[in-house]
Amino acid sequence: MCVRRRSGTCIVRGSIAASPDIVSPRPTAAARSEPTRYRDGFRAIAPILPMAFAFGLSFGVLAKASGMGSLAPVLMSMTTFAGSAQFAAASVIGTGGGALAAIGAASLLNTRYAPISLTVAPSLGGRWFSRLFQSQLIVDESWAVAQAGGGRVDRRTLVGAGALLWVFWVGGTTVGVLGAGFIGNPARYGLDAAFPALFLALLVAQIDSRKAVLAAVLGATIALALVPFSAAGVPIIVASLACLVGLWGR
Amino acid sequence: MSEVWLVVLAVGAVTIALKATGPVLLGGRELPPPVLRVVVLLAPALLAALVAVGILGGDRELLLDERLAGLGAAVLALLVRAPILVVVIAAAVATALARGLV
Repeated sequence: MCVRRRSGTCIVRGSIAASPDIVSPRPTAAARSEPTRYRDGFRAIAPILPMAFAFGLSFGVLAKASGMGSLAPVLMSMTTFAGSAQFAAASVIGTGGGALAAIGAASLLNTRYAPISLTVAPSLGGRWFSRLFQSQLIVDESWAVAQAGGGRVDRRTLVGAGALLWVFWVGGTTVGVLGAGFIGNPARYGLDAAFPALFLALLVAQIDSRKAVLAAVLGATIALALVPFSAAGVPIIVASLACLVGLWGR
Repeated sequence: MSEVWLVVLAVGAVTIALKATGPVLLGGRELPPPVLRVVVLLAPALLAALVAVGILGGDRELLLDERLAGLGAAVLALLVRAPILVVVIAAAVATALARGLV
C-alpha cells in the first residue's frame, strides 16, 4: 500500500510498467547476496531523468514568472528538492497569496516526507550528520525505485538515484530560469493548466483506497468552496483537513 | 528580507527537517497507527485541492475558462496510461489551442 501511496510512484509508474527489468535487478542482486552499488540507483532512475529536467525547467520558468527572480528558485531546488511543494509555493507567490500561505502550502505538501523518511530510517546507518545528508536525497521517485521489498529501502540505490535526480532537477531549474525571458509567459502557452495536470497525475497514483478517494473529493470541495472568500493559498491549507477522514472507521 | 527569500529559506528548512525526521530523530520507530492513517491521506487531499484550484481558481472567484480543455486532455492522457510528461504536455497544448495561440 505504501508503495503506491506517495506521489512519486506515478512519475515512475510509466517507466516501471514499460520496463520492469529496470526495477527488479536489485532484489535479485540482494537475493544473490551481491551488494548493490550507487550505479544501480543511476540505472534505475535513468528513464525518469528527462522528465525531472523538464519539470525543473517548468519550475524555473513558473518561478521566474511568479516574481521569484533567478537565484531564489535555483536555491530552492537545491535545498527543498521536492517538486509539488515548489510549484505550490511559486504559484501562491505568483497569485499574491503571501509568504505565510506559500510556506504553509509547501510545508503541508511535504509533510508526507516524515512518514516516508521513517521507512528509510532502518536502511540509513552511520553518524547523524551522514544520515541527515543522505535523507535529503529522499524524493518520491528515488524512494520508489529503491524499494527492496517488505517495506525496506536499498540505501545505495536511493542515494544514487536521488543524487542524479538532484542534478537534473537543479539543472532544469537553472535552464528554466535563464530561458524564462525567451519562453515567455507560461499561461500564454497553457502551462498554467500543465501544473494542475501534473498534480492530477500525481494524485492518480495516490488513489489506492476508498479513504483516499474521499479525502481527494473532500479536499477539492473544501478548496473550491473557500476560493471566493479567502486569500490564495488558504483554501489549499484548509483542504488538508480532509485527511482527517482517516480517523474514521477501521 | 524579501517575501520570496523568506519562503525559500523557510520551505527549505522545513523540508530538510521533514526528510530527516525518520533517519535522524526517530531511529526507525513507526508512527502510531492513527497518525499514520491521517498522514497517508494528506497527499490525496492536498493534490486534489491543487488540481481544483489550479483549473477553476481565479482572484477570489471561480472561473470556467480554457484551462478546462487542458484538464480534459490530461484526463484523456491518463486514461490511456500515457507517461506523466505526455499528460502535462497534452494539458498545456490543449489549453493553448483553446486560447487560439498555437
